[in-house]
Amino acid sequence: MERLLIELFNLLTLAAVLSFPFFKIKGRSFITLGVLTVQVLIASVTAFSVFSNGQVAYSYPGSWITGIIPVRMDYLSAWFILVISFTFLTGAWYGFHYMKKYRDQTANLTLHAVALLFAYTAMVDICIVQNGMAMLVVWEIMALSSFIIVIFEHEKKETMKAGLNYLIQSHISILFLTIAFMWVKVKTGSFDFTAITTFTASQPAITGFGLFLCFFVGFAIKAGFVPFHTWLPLAHPAAPAHVSGIMSGVIIKIGIYGILRVLLLIKTDMVTLGYFLLTISLITGVYGVMLAIVQHNFKKLLAYHSIENIGIIGIGIGLGCLGIGYGNQILLICGFGGALLHTLNHSLFKSLLFYCSGNVYQATHTMDIEKLGGLIRKMPHTAYLFLLGALAICGLPPFNGFVSEFFIYSGLFHGLSGGHVVSILFFLFAIIGLALIGGLALICFTKVFGIVFLGTPRDQSIKVSIPEKPMSFIPLYLTGLMIVLIGVVPFLLASFLVETIQLFIPSLDVGGYLQLESLLKMLTSVGWYSMGFIALTAVLFGIRQLVVAHRDNLEDNTWGCGYTGNADKMQYTASSFVRTYRKLAEPALLIQKEKKEASGLYPEDISQVTHPGDKIEKWLIDKPLSLIAKGLNRFAFLQNGQIQAYILYGVVFIGLAILLPVIIDKMQLLIQFLNQL
Amino acid sequence: MISLILILLTSLFFMGIVVRTKSLASGRKGPGLFQPMKDLFRLWEKGSVYSKTTSFIFRIAPTAYTASVLMAILMVPHGNHPGLISFNGDFVMFAYTLAFGKFLLIISALDTGSSFEGMGASREALYSMLVEPAFFILMGSFALFTGQTSFQGIFSLLHFGSNVSYMLGALATVVFVMMAMVENSRMPYDDPKTHLELTMVHEVMILDNSGFDLGLIQYMTHLKFAMYGALIANLFIGQLPLGLSIPLFFVTQILFAIAVGLIESFRARHRMGHNPQFIFILSSVSLLIFFGILLLTGRFI
Repeated sequence: MERLLIELFNLLTLAAVLSFPFFKIKGRSFITLGVLTVQVLIASVTAFSVFSNGQVAYSYPGSWITGIIPVRMDYLSAWFILVISFTFLTGAWYGFHYMKKYRDQTANLTLHAVALLFAYTAMVDICIVQNGMAMLVVWEIMALSSFIIVIFEHEKKETMKAGLNYLIQSHISILFLTIAFMWVKVKTGSFDFTAITTFTASQPAITGFGLFLCFFVGFAIKAGFVPFHTWLPLAHPAAPAHVSGIMSGVIIKIGIYGILRVLLLIKTDMVTLGYFLLTISLITGVYGVMLAIVQHNFKKLLAYHSIENIGIIGIGIGLGCLGIGYGNQILLICGFGGALLHTLNHSLFKSLLFYCSGNVYQATHTMDIEKLGGLIRKMPHTAYLFLLGALAICGLPPFNGFVSEFFIYSGLFHGLSGGHVVSILFFLFAIIGLALIGGLALICFTKVFGIVFLGTPRDQSIKVSIPEKPMSFIPLYLTGLMIVLIGVVPFLLASFLVETIQLFIPSLDVGGYLQLESLLKMLTSVGWYSMGFIALTAVLFGIRQLVVAHRDNLEDNTWGCGYTGNADKMQYTASSFVRTYRKLAEPALLIQKEKKEASGLYPEDISQVTHPGDKIEKWLIDKPLSLIAKGLNRFAFLQNGQIQAYILYGVVFIGLAILLPVIIDKMQLLIQFLNQL
Repeated sequence: MISLILILLTSLFFMGIVVRTKSLASGRKGPGLFQPMKDLFRLWEKGSVYSKTTSFIFRIAPTAYTASVLMAILMVPHGNHPGLISFNGDFVMFAYTLAFGKFLLIISALDTGSSFEGMGASREALYSMLVEPAFFILMGSFALFTGQTSFQGIFSLLHFGSNVSYMLGALATVVFVMMAMVENSRMPYDDPKTHLELTMVHEVMILDNSGFDLGLIQYMTHLKFAMYGALIANLFIGQLPLGLSIPLFFVTQILFAIAVGLIESFRARHRMGHNPQFIFILSSVSLLIFFGILLLTGRFI
């Protein structure tokens, strides 16, 4: 049954793509949306049936290269398939409206649609294929198709540059994954994922850790852990809004899926691994949000926030690993539970935020926060939906971000009350880190929302062009509804979450079961109190409205210290809002300033421009790369453009390839001969 | 329940004591204890002037801020008696609920499109961000000390046996007092009585609020002081019976109010640019408590 559904799921993509030549561009858009919706339905039905009927496993014979290709759909796969499917559904729906005005670019849009379908199909397949070689192939399909959906506006130089950067980094990721799978294949002779378990179980812990590092680097590039994050802030602003939403919502999450999958398989010293993950995630989280605050580009800012949230998810995963390592079930439950839930939550609010940014872009044709302002009057739906997303991403109750952060916090505080000094210090720093991330996110999103949507327009030359269309808001409201639902009734997800977490627990004893129970009770109470909070606010606001209605209320200009003229240009801007913070964080950031100060009796126009840079990128990526380039430049003379020289290189190469074994053989003979002497 | 009633009662006279202390310290007689509350009632009866630039955000923010503070107060226990809301990890929700109110208040300041209010909003956002880690370190230290992860569990088991632990209690009090000063934008961090917009934090943020809304925001200052006072009192109440703990609660609150008045009378405001450094002191004192507790519980080798 499930096998049939999954095969149907894959065939639908091919059928849709093959039908494209027979339709006009409008028909193609409808087919894409329709087929994707049906696929989402199929995938969700399959995932739900896995949750209710247990795991599904079957296999294809494969070829002599891959060996048998097992397809296993366990709870982890099902959870990620649900997360991916929901965001792709809203993304495709939103994209359908977003792309309407590009319908004259027939070929370009068709390619985009094909790539979108392939990306979705490949991502779902990644979650269920459990053969290294097959997964690499599917992974490559995903990497290529997501590259194509990113470079929709490929005529722009910036977009192409960002796209190529993404393409190269995805392939570095594939390189590491290939090394890891090959390592296991060479040692055990199998590409099956279970070989990873058998291989690492028979080896010392250090080998397992090395193998994990290989996998981790591969997946971390996709997920955007610092220092592998550099493609994110480039690719997100370049892509169309729905693609940014999908990328930030789920494509980077496939990296998280990979890490979780490998953690399920690998047998190594989980304590070291946990500390390693915790440290790198803390750096990722804090660094991501620190850089996010100083960004002026709307989408770039959101992209840095994705890095921050990957950090939060990583803290959860690290905590879970420590739970496995120390045999502490509550840490394990809180850690993995928080990570899984935050994966879902982040995919919801981040896609919502990106869709809103897309609306802003279509209305104003700019992503520069400094130029915007007062959009709440012209696009109220976008503004309130963005506010919802902003509150959720800051982890504030009563929205979903709080629930998952609360999970992780409870794990960390629980970890504090036991254990030894090293783990306590790590947990303390994780708590400080999470608190800092929360506070910094608050600065960042008050800035974005306050500057973009509130006040008055800061640049009069920007005209808000199109009115909001109600139909295009359905996917946004759907996402918003999910955000609120998870915030107030998180226990609806409890059974799915419990089943997924149990994968990580070898055997749940009675104590662990009680703890799980108490944690679920806590989840329920958080939900109820969140609901109570909403009710309290509503009641208080009702009272306030009643009281205020009986008073004399006036409307007047904003208080301007007596100045009553046009004060649009005098408003606080994004840079001025974060100036105090920037001064404080300057040592950790890389900010280039161009300043023109007033001087003389008749000063000319003054100006100040800041360009936020990335210190880690500069020192860990750009510097080594430029050194490598410098070193390789010494061999530039080889590339002299003469065809004769190139033929010579070829002959030398072929000669070496043939002679090398012979030479080695002779060398061995010589060494043996010398030894005998 | 009991702590809610006690905090609401305290909020009625807390600012009165502060104002009275300040007057006495500067050689004046000063107004009655309930004068600040009377001022508030007058505000609540007034009409409002709304800026033409503002949207619905500006209307709802003061109420949402009020709701967040009330919600946070519901979580504060009275020694062994839990607050109306009590569950494991409730102090996380406490901090984040307060942050929710702050978020809305900050964006409502930006809603007016005024340059002054943006200034205040920017500072308030930064300072509350800097305070947050201190609170979590402090609660983390107590969680480490007592093995509990709820306000009620922590405060009912927080017993001060040895001399060292009394010192830790004193340090925690210092942190809470300073935290209350930052969160309420009071003296060494912000001067609510200043008349220059450029040098204010909280007051400049609410320049455009008037009438009922302004009354609500100002009353929240009273409530938040009483709330932090209740947290301080909780450090010492432990499992005392109600007959002893309620007088102890009021004594602590009054001492806290007098301390606030004295600090405001004899300290000058910090330079605005140096405020973050001063707020970092909070985190470092909390860390001191943390390491003290590590030493006390013998986990520190």
